[in-house]
Amino acid sequence: MSAEILATPDTGAAPVGHYAYDQVDRAFLHDRVEQFRDQVARRLSGALSEDEFKPLRLMNGLYLQLHAYMLRVAIPYGILDSRQMRELAHIARTYDRDYGHFTTRQNIQFNWIRLEDTPDILARLAAVDMHAIQTSGNCIRNITCDQFAGAAVDELLDPRVHAEILRQWSTLHPEFSFLPRKFKIAISGSPNDRVAARFHDIGLVAKPGRHGTVFDVFVGGGMGRTPVVGVHLRDNLPEEDLLAYLEAMVRVYNEYGRRDNIYKARIKILVQALSAEGYREKVDAEFAAMDRARYRLPPETVAAIRARFGTPVLDAPSDAADRLAEARRTDALFDRWVRTNTHPHRAAGYISAVVSLKPDGGIPGDATSAQIDAIADIADRFSFGEIRISHMQNIVLGHVRQDQLHALWQELGRAGLASANIGLIGDIIACPGLDYCSLANARSIPIAQKLSARFANPALQERIGDLQIKISGCINACGHHHAGHIGILGVDKKGEEFFQLTLGGSAGNDAAIGQILGPALPEDATVDAIAHLVDAYLVHRTDGERFLDTYRRLGAALFKDAVYALA
Amino acid sequence: MPLLENGRLVEDRWTTVGSDDTLPTTGPVIVPLDRLEDGLARPAGEKLGVALPSDADVAVLRAALPRLALVAVTFPTFRDGRAFSQARALREHLDFAGEVRVTGRPLPDQYEFLLRCGASTVQLPDGADPAVWAQAHERFTTAYQPSVRDERAEGFGLRRFLGQAAN
Repeated sequence: MSAEILATPDTGAAPVGHYAYDQVDRAFLHDRVEQFRDQVARRLSGALSEDEFKPLRLMNGLYLQLHAYMLRVAIPYGILDSRQMRELAHIARTYDRDYGHFTTRQNIQFNWIRLEDTPDILARLAAVDMHAIQTSGNCIRNITCDQFAGAAVDELLDPRVHAEILRQWSTLHPEFSFLPRKFKIAISGSPNDRVAARFHDIGLVAKPGRHGTVFDVFVGGGMGRTPVVGVHLRDNLPEEDLLAYLEAMVRVYNEYGRRDNIYKARIKILVQALSAEGYREKVDAEFAAMDRARYRLPPETVAAIRARFGTPVLDAPSDAADRLAEARRTDALFDRWVRTNTHPHRAAGYISAVVSLKPDGGIPGDATSAQIDAIADIADRFSFGEIRISHMQNIVLGHVRQDQLHALWQELGRAGLASANIGLIGDIIACPGLDYCSLANARSIPIAQKLSARFANPALQERIGDLQIKISGCINACGHHHAGHIGILGVDKKGEEFFQLTLGGSAGNDAAIGQILGPALPEDATVDAIAHLVDAYLVHRTDGERFLDTYRRLGAALFKDAVYALA
Repeated sequence: MPLLENGRLVEDRWTTVGSDDTLPTTGPVIVPLDRLEDGLARPAGEKLGVALPSDADVAVLRAALPRLALVAVTFPTFRDGRAFSQARALREHLDFAGEVRVTGRPLPDQYEFLLRCGASTVQLPDGADPAVWAQAHERFTTAYQPSVRDERAEGFGLRRFLGQAAN
């Protein structure tokens, strides 16, 4: 497999964990950048009005926000290599205010971009095989994936080759680039859902079948104004029918999805209107009628794309695990970080490390150009140059030798990236909120920072345990508050920012939508309320019980009292 | 209105009639869907086309299709992409070999998509610059998915060569 790659003069060795472009892919990106350069020139000269330019810039990930243009760069299935990471640092330093913001869609956003710089930025991205195509607009967006893909011990198969196939298939798709609304697909290869498959327009779970890879298919999940847990559409979809079946699913949506009201336009509303059975019938009819040979995904095609993925050589020394155990015994701070910030690896002597982008009092998902560069260097040294962005807005280094984990942790510490809070109360998801976004009702970032500071003590965080706080600055729910164990929704009350609490949401296998606890509160009272919720949980939990489980066992009344009885 | 075919302006030989217009007895005519019966009542040798609204299922044309030389699909706005699916279904499900004409308000940036979904001609919206449309047609040489045009494979994987020779 690697012989062909090495014979390609322009790529050298294939990057670990993602698809290696060739000259054809590069020529395509180059054409796309030149097209946009021409469009920007026509806008700047006045030949295009803002109205005419808007759909064109949106197709290239360029939004106009409250204070400036925002450029959202695609990170397909959340994977990038150190060379690409350094380019992101360069862009942050040169064209933005020295930082970037990693998103829940595993992408990165630059918030302070000048329109006239965007063609050059896109050209620089294209030089490292990156782009901003389909990071906005009513099309199929970045395909998201398990942040531990290809590494996790519980994984049945690595879904990234299929994620790449879906990326290519959906790129400038002739039929599906003007859908009723945006369309998000997530794919996992683990029975433990880490991609929120049931909260996506389409969620795919790949697994080995008797005759090759098969997929379980979920449809119609989503957040927004109408949160819905997706329905299980079918099991064991054969790999060769993957594209044909998705074509049928998206085509039914394109034909029947509502276009009269953007809040009713997502596929979840269509699936509800038709019922799961009604939607399934239409998809099956389309699937039966279509030219299946044309859309067949043959094993050779999968193999050809797989061949352009680099794979890591995993050959840890036999004492790697012992040396990690020894380092943990002698360094309590390191031991705590290992407890919270690592994930078991399929290969002996390896482990996956999670780099928290949630420092005490910090802005979730933000990283400075120096930190982005530092992560690139650390990835080169410790994890085959491969970097993963998680939908929790953190960074994962997938394949780390256990005997090198202590040195990695020390390097992270020097870069201010060693917060030990993954999955804990400090690991907050927040949307950009009213600090940047023209849709927001309230600021999400300050309340995230206050909560992070309030619960900064790592021993306290660990004692509280698994607790996900998710914050959205408006009902569009970009901060996934519906799926938070504790969700926070910013609302506007007569010009003042208030926050509504929801409890009991989850994005995993036990997917659920949080329920509103009571009346919305001002910012500081919300921070206090969460402290009361945590206190109530600590008093009433049984051994090993997560906050979510205690809430589910005891119900809302106890927690409602904890917040509102005092007032 | 100017008519575009393969990136070039061509003469439009068709007359489009509205719901209340008198139907000419001879010559190529495009009728609205609700007047399809009237159109079919014309002499069998006269060319007939039908304008399909964007909320119609192409299957309603199944019986009439052997008599139709043209089906027009439409974009009420460029954002409404139903015509892409209609064009593709006409080609793929109903094996329609006649002209698929695009009307309404599509963008030049949608031209290649339209061709790949099976459209043959575009009735350019008012004020459209044919040169911009022609450019859009030549912009890309590669696509990443199968289409009804059955372009040849480019290298490996899913890629298709679009054939507008790179320059």
